Amino acid sequence: MSYPILTSLVAVPAVGALLVALLSKNRPEWVKLVAILTSVFTGALTVWLLSSFETADPGFQFVSKHEWIKPWGISWHLGVDGISLFLVVLTGVLFPLVIVGIDPHHDHKRYLSWMLLLEAGMMGSFLSLDLFLFFVFFEIVLVPMYFLIGGWGYEGRIYAATKFFLYTMVGSAFMLVGIVTTAMLAREQLGRLTFDLVEIAEQADFATNTARWLFLAFAVAFAVKVPMFPLHTWLPDAHTQAPTGGSVILAGVMLKLGTYGLLRFGVYLFPEAALWSRELFLTLAVIGILYGAIAATMQKDLKRLVAYSSVAHLGFIVLGTFAFTSQAITGATMQMINHGLSTGALFLLVGMIYERRHTRQIAELKGLQKVAPIFAAAFMVVMLSSIGVPGLNGFIGEYLILIGSFLTARWWTVVAATGVILAALYLLWAYQRVFHGEPDEANRSFPELRIREAAVLLPFIGLIVFTGVYPKPMLDRIEPSVNALITHVSEKTGYESPDTPEPVEVGTHQEAQP
Amino acid sequence: MVDVVWLIPALPLAGFLVILLFGRRLGDPGAGYLATAAIGSSFVVTAAVFFDLMSMSAEERRHVSTLFQWVPVGDLRIDLAFLADPLSITMCLFVTGIGTLIHLYAVGYMHGDERFSKFFLYLNLFALSMLVLVLGENLLVTFLGWEGVGTCSYFLISFWHERESAATAGKKAFVTNRVGDWGVMMAMFLAFEAVGTISYGGLNAAAESGALSDTTATAIAAMLFVGAVGKSAQLPLYLWLPDAMEGPTPVSALIHAATMVTAGVFLMTRVNPVIAVSHEWVTWLIAIVGLATALFAATIAVAQHDIKKVLAYSTVSQLGFMFLAIGSGAYVAAIFHMITHAFFKALLFLGSGSVIHGMHHEQDMRRMGALRKLMPVTAVTFIIGWLAIAGVPPFAGFWSKDEILLYTYAKSPVLYVLGLVAALLTAYYMTRQVILVFFGEARWKDHAHEHGAHGDLGVHDDADTAHADHAGHAHTPHESPAIMLIPLVVLAGLSIVGGAMQLPFSKDLHFLEKWLEPVIGFGEADITGTWPYDNKYLLLGIAIVVALAGIAASVMVYAKKKATPIEPVVLEQGWYYDRAVTAFMGGPGRKAFDGIAWADAKIVDGAVNGVAKAVEGAAGQVRKTQSGFVRQYAAALGVGVVLLLGWFVVIRGIL
Repeated sequence: MSYPILTSLVAVPAVGALLVALLSKNRPEWVKLVAILTSVFTGALTVWLLSSFETADPGFQFVSKHEWIKPWGISWHLGVDGISLFLVVLTGVLFPLVIVGIDPHHDHKRYLSWMLLLEAGMMGSFLSLDLFLFFVFFEIVLVPMYFLIGGWGYEGRIYAATKFFLYTMVGSAFMLVGIVTTAMLAREQLGRLTFDLVEIAEQADFATNTARWLFLAFAVAFAVKVPMFPLHTWLPDAHTQAPTGGSVILAGVMLKLGTYGLLRFGVYLFPEAALWSRELFLTLAVIGILYGAIAATMQKDLKRLVAYSSVAHLGFIVLGTFAFTSQAITGATMQMINHGLSTGALFLLVGMIYERRHTRQIAELKGLQKVAPIFAAAFMVVMLSSIGVPGLNGFIGEYLILIGSFLTARWWTVVAATGVILAALYLLWAYQRVFHGEPDEANRSFPELRIREAAVLLPFIGLIVFTGVYPKPMLDRIEPSVNALITHVSEKTGYESPDTPEPVEVGTHQEAQP
Repeated sequence: MVDVVWLIPALPLAGFLVILLFGRRLGDPGAGYLATAAIGSSFVVTAAVFFDLMSMSAEERRHVSTLFQWVPVGDLRIDLAFLADPLSITMCLFVTGIGTLIHLYAVGYMHGDERFSKFFLYLNLFALSMLVLVLGENLLVTFLGWEGVGTCSYFLISFWHERESAATAGKKAFVTNRVGDWGVMMAMFLAFEAVGTISYGGLNAAAESGALSDTTATAIAAMLFVGAVGKSAQLPLYLWLPDAMEGPTPVSALIHAATMVTAGVFLMTRVNPVIAVSHEWVTWLIAIVGLATALFAATIAVAQHDIKKVLAYSTVSQLGFMFLAIGSGAYVAAIFHMITHAFFKALLFLGSGSVIHGMHHEQDMRRMGALRKLMPVTAVTFIIGWLAIAGVPPFAGFWSKDEILLYTYAKSPVLYVLGLVAALLTAYYMTRQVILVFFGEARWKDHAHEHGAHGDLGVHDDADTAHADHAGHAHTPHESPAIMLIPLVVLAGLSIVGGAMQLPFSKDLHFLEKWLEPVIGFGEADITGTWPYDNKYLLLGIAIVVALAGIAASVMVYAKKKATPIEPVVLEQGWYYDRAVTAFMGGPGRKAFDGIAWADAKIVDGAVNGVAKAVEGAAGQVRKTQSGFVRQYAAALGVGVVLLLGWFVVIRGIL
């Protein structure tokens, strides 16, 4: 039997969390070392996973399946495909960067322990192919994030953490009912009780109305997590109050549980219901894009601004998901990673500003480009990625989403594309107020980017540029799984994905020379 | 040689990377020379490719070189590919040629600026983007360059970012351009849906073979025109260009006159077969927008006091002429005018930069005058540029403008007459500028000591200290150094002879037309046999009379002072258009945005908090007994227990 890499991806950080928790509080250097080693090792495993991933194989790879709670048909079933692959890698890469790069101001031990538990939960969520297992991980993720916000956050942290927790819990309750009912109903058809995602999705056929209800139960949980308008208001509070590390993880990978869940447990499990509800989701997505951007424009707090920009960006991802074309869903999957990189880096940068100036208020910052040009340049590159300037990663995903959505959801796309104008507006305006101008007294001694900070940012910027210039390696791995998903939808529902004409050969028509 | 077309953008890219890594070490002027060498060698490669293409037969002059698959998903196959054909190489020639001259000029102009190497970093990045734009084999590669030049334009307009107005102008340019970019995106989506590709080859072939329906073609053409309106500063999106003058003057010359702003004209020419099979209203729309912009901007230029703003509005106006040509099916004339305009407008901008430099950052023409004696080379070259733009034969602008008017007449005599009016105004306001700057009395003497009293684009503190070595000259205007004058002289030469590439006298002299024929053959209007074609010498004569009339009127007003200048505030303020838009954005627009942000906090979130408050009220009693982390743990534990209990109940219940 080959090395159980996926199980390791969950187990290593979990064990790390346990180790850190058991270590003495008086040995902070050991605590830090264990945390760094575990997260770096996990990251290395994900890179190895990426390199040994079979590019053209659309199915689940490195599958690990063991009976767990046999009477209920629950199994430890992990697997990775093109849709989850890069989310796993991003999780593996983000955590060591956050752990190495950002110091909590107190209580390193517990902070790092929660961080590693969070990583284990994230890995488990992206890898689970069992409904019950997924739910367990989905819930596990909540707890460390709740404590990270509540324990290491800013002035309004308790309110924000509670809001985050309650919001997600309400969504989870719906999903729990959905999961249990799904398994029960599937039993009637399959003849045995199972929570296995693949078995249920491939073999069970639910009555149309039942499936729609079940889909909505799942969708509510994911819509909260994304978050989609109008369920988004926990996000600005959570982001603003969370410590920098928490914000980076929250934006970088945690929100993707929602969009990933919609694909994996929404579209895959209930294709007919997903198609049936597409207009609702497309509309909410487009509202999210514009609404998030407009709200971002008017924010006075830099972190809140970035948080609202997430609402807009994730709107694009939902748009692509519910467009049901190869380009749109591939783009949406890619954009989950892109948003993780660019928004993750933005939160890092805003965190660095806060460390220096102890404020996030845009009005209190001014002229930073003059005193810290390298810092400003790093912010600029990340910002341009977020705006969606071609040559950087954000554009490729957004473009694929839009061009793919145009084929099946033309008018939604026409409106959604105006979001790119607004993205330029709110980010450039914020940049101008923070970085341009003559620095005043308070900002004149703003320190330049430090070596350690640069070392943390460099991987982000490298990936932002590389993916923008050469996205093919990523697209080649995502696309087969997306196509398989669309085929699955077609087989289950008779949906026909749009066909574009064969391009006219150049030179087939020679115009007579006058 | 045509295989090395990738080198054309690669060289500025190399320059960009070297300056990025070693810029500070290269310093002033090292970084400048390096950047100049990068684009200069790019020009050499372009010339080699050009001669290579010339040596081929007309049908063979189309070479696609693919670097790699860029965005391949499903049926969408987008390569990072370059297209070397007469149009793209013509564009490359003048982009790299004029680009080299302006780089060289900037070595002198930016000397002493504290961010000297960064300026050339941006300049090379711009050159790279512009070359990618024109060499793109499909709409997405062009769009890569399109957004790239926009971003560089943003960097360079707000180059002196400590100044509020410069920062605002940069942002305005970017955001306004994005409105147009939306159109380009829509065009790409439509093209992919309709013909399965966004490559120019595939799209144009579909148009020519009839595979593209006229409705779709219309939509694509109209959407691309939306993009062109943004990038090429036409009504109603021209607003950003006059403000873009906040950037250093070499930037105004290179980006906001000679190259980037002509990208819209290039794009329209690139897809001329699509426009040709569109509904006719699209060409009318393009022609009318172009003409309206030409007239509108010309009237504003008449009343500007800032030396660069006159040229900025003039650029908007001249770009309008080019779109008038596009709308009239005169693609050759459009490209012709684009090239001659690049010559003389780059010359005029660099000349104005020389004046600003010599006047110690004075930009208000009311404080200039009689500079021809103090700045002889600048004055002579500027005057050549003036004659070229005013439409005086045999200078370059005369021939290209005349060619446009000829085709315009064939489309509609009304367009022609209004075009003449715009030409008349052009001659008038440019003469006004030449007189105010170089002739008349020396008005700068009275104001020399008023250091603070500058125009709104006036002195920038840093630039002032940066140019401290000139401060020793007191405030007597002086001629610029040779490194700035050489580009002026070369451009002046080109502005004199540039018309030779397309002379109207005989078909044999239509060099540019023959050269571009493989690209524009499908869309170019055929006017042989029409009345204006048969009477083209009469039209030539009328054009000369109009130009001279404009000049004469201006001389009467500004030199002879026979009449009071007509410079109403409404024109000085640009018909209050900018002000109205700004007021709208800052007023109702902002209020609406604020309203949404308010509703988000109070209504959407308020509803949630209302529910939460109710729950909290119940839980509050319990909470008070605990504190700190214990409380949080307890809360989590409590939730966990409830969760587990619920779990078993639900499962058992169903089981």
